[in-house]
Amino acid sequence: MIVEFGHFALVLAVVVALFQTVVPLWGTLSREPRLMETAKPAAIVQLLLLLVAFLALTHAYVTSDFSVANVVANSHSTKPLIYRISGVWGNHEGSMLLWVLILAAFGAAVAIFGNNLPLSLRANVLSVQASIALAFGVFILATSNPFLRLEDVPIDGRGLNPILQDPALAFHPPFLYAGYVGFSIAFSFAIAALIEGRIDAAWARWVRPWTLAAWMCLTLGIAMGSWWAYYELGWGGWWFWDPVENASFMPWLAGTALLHSALVMEKRETLKVWTILLAILTFSLSLMGAFLVRSGVLTSVHAFAVDPERGVAILAIMTIFVGGGLALFALRAGELRQGGLFAPISREGALVLNNVLLTTATATVFVGTLYPLLLEGLTGAKISVGPPYFNLTFVPLMVPLLIALPFGPFLPWKRGDIVAVSQRLIWAAVLALVAMVATMALSQRGPWLAPIMMAVGVYVMAGAVQELAYRAKIGSAGRDEILRRLRNLPRSIYGTTLAHFGVGVMVVGIVATSAYQTEKVLVLKPGDTAEVAGYTLTFKGVAPHKGPNFREQLGTIEVMRDGTPITTLHPSKRIYDSPPQPTSEAGIHASWRGDLYTVLGDAQEEDGGYAFRFYFNPLVRLIWLGALIMFIAGGVSLSDRRLRVGAPKRTSRAETPAGVVAAE
Amino acid sequence: MTRKQKRGVLIGAAVAILAIAVIMVAMALRDTIVFFQTPSDVAEGKVQPGERFRLGGLVEDGSVKRGQGTKVKFAVTDTLQSVSVSYEGILPDLFREGQGVVTEGRLDSSGLFVADTVLAKHDENYMPPEVAAALKEKGVKLGSGAEHPDDKSN
Repeated sequence: MIVEFGHFALVLAVVVALFQTVVPLWGTLSREPRLMETAKPAAIVQLLLLLVAFLALTHAYVTSDFSVANVVANSHSTKPLIYRISGVWGNHEGSMLLWVLILAAFGAAVAIFGNNLPLSLRANVLSVQASIALAFGVFILATSNPFLRLEDVPIDGRGLNPILQDPALAFHPPFLYAGYVGFSIAFSFAIAALIEGRIDAAWARWVRPWTLAAWMCLTLGIAMGSWWAYYELGWGGWWFWDPVENASFMPWLAGTALLHSALVMEKRETLKVWTILLAILTFSLSLMGAFLVRSGVLTSVHAFAVDPERGVAILAIMTIFVGGGLALFALRAGELRQGGLFAPISREGALVLNNVLLTTATATVFVGTLYPLLLEGLTGAKISVGPPYFNLTFVPLMVPLLIALPFGPFLPWKRGDIVAVSQRLIWAAVLALVAMVATMALSQRGPWLAPIMMAVGVYVMAGAVQELAYRAKIGSAGRDEILRRLRNLPRSIYGTTLAHFGVGVMVVGIVATSAYQTEKVLVLKPGDTAEVAGYTLTFKGVAPHKGPNFREQLGTIEVMRDGTPITTLHPSKRIYDSPPQPTSEAGIHASWRGDLYTVLGDAQEEDGGYAFRFYFNPLVRLIWLGALIMFIAGGVSLSDRRLRVGAPKRTSRAETPAGVVAAE
Repeated sequence: MTRKQKRGVLIGAAVAILAIAVIMVAMALRDTIVFFQTPSDVAEGKVQPGERFRLGGLVEDGSVKRGQGTKVKFAVTDTLQSVSVSYEGILPDLFREGQGVVTEGRLDSSGLFVADTVLAKHDENYMPPEVAAALKEKGVKLGSGAEHPDDKSN
């Protein structure tokens, strides 16, 4: 009964979305405020209906209602509660429902917190937002309905793929979708601005908090996915340049560029056309991500449900929104007047460089991800583009970006002095040199480039701190003055510093792990020892063990360092009850120095030995710590009064004819 | 600087960065991509010894032989032809005889494929699309689960 209720709520939500698409837009075209005002209640009702639908599906999962096909395919009665809940979005149908729920949530948030938006802009934004929800709602009902019942009710479900039964992965999709889908707000604002034919600094002020919130979620979502892949897949790696990873990384790169260009637009009223284009492109890349992951056109280690029919449907949705958005952009962009002037060496210039490098980097990832598809379509040849491609294209673009990064916040708007800024960054450069020498002294091997890249990471961290020190006049003012200044700095400054510091932390982690990882594959018999990166590992044996919904062969390895016992690791090979699928669980000893990572392999046939794979990943935790710092930085920035939703008040201009405002 | 000059510098810099990126992408695509081949392609002599490529197909039944330590030998087949593969390392959890597999490495002079990577798939029903397509091309009938992996693949 509850399931039918949820199904019905979903259908109603689609109807509401249709209403919300048509009526408010009609209102703005016919300048009828009463029609425009319907957008707000419609957005809220749409959210509530989708919430009911989502909770109904969750209820079916929690109570293991095996009359629902989707529950049978993805759940099992013995599964722990948390994985019964995460199972809701651990499959194609349920995750699409979550997708539209988040879409509606962002729309309703704009409706509720956007009271200061001009009425017509709000109506148009919510109308565009609802049109996306409408497209995906119809898609769910037509091809991916999670509420379908089975006639023959099985006794138990087939279970969730065991490697998905993991806390990090349980919450990875919601964050990832909140990021993907959150960029829809920037898209809706961009389309609304194009429909109205005018755009100004206030537009950027309204769009930035939403984009920042989406960017935060995407940052955390990608980091969680990477962390999960690291400890769960047992390959000792944290990023594989896999198409599915790239699908989430491209919107992140474009979204990062968008955050920076919207800043220029807000402060200086320039880069308008570019910002609008970037907003459209960022969400287009999100849609493309959905298409790539769900259509099965790409080979991936973690491909989603493969169904060509759905792929075609998502491709159609993507074509309508991307094509429509770009066409509208081509028609209307010329009407948007360009704003203030600036010298190439200036804050604006630095942010333009940031944008050029980030979008070029996005393009290289795009080419690397889609080239195999293109080549297969054209010549039939099947190829794979792997990490070497990205190391040769993406990484060289990041180096100038990182070197330029600390300069940006030091440069004043309009016109700057590069020599003066270089002098201010002198301490960051000195620290970077120290880091380089230290890296060379500590590591006897590794690529020659690695110490330089370590230096770059440290330089970015130090540069971020130094910017704060400069603003607080640390070193030149008295203690009280410094404290007063630190107190009075806006939160967005702290956010910037923290985010850039996080980038540096992540770079150090990435370089250390990539360049100085130790890997050993060997066979040990019980009692044997192995030396890995200063640790002595003693293999004690393997014993069978039974978990709540799996059986496993549990290895025991004692870890010693300099003669003192450190820990005991238990890498294991598991077989889950349902579905009966084998997985490896790595035994990991984490420390700030790095992770000792052990994987149990197959038993040797004759002598009772086992194959093992050992890694030492130096400073690997810094990668996710850096991402976490960036996430927190976003939150700090978002709490800034000036960015807070609803800060600027503008009412009179809403009624001004479009042409007059555009010429301001 | 005039307005035009300022704009010129910006556009010039952007175009220069783009041009460099295009060159890098072109070079990287020439040097780093790996082609996917089936055992039949190998038998037809489409690959030179020493050339890096991906070999995909099914792990031939009864072909897996473990050697000293972590060395293992098996054969990859598309049911028409098969190629012997040697690999040193730990095989993925889902590596099994009769299952789809993708390996990456080079042919040595004797025609043995020396793999340094064996790719695993998360799902027991999941068939790498290249393998599925290549097998279909060769007219090989696959089990129902293989060609249309069902929805519980992640």
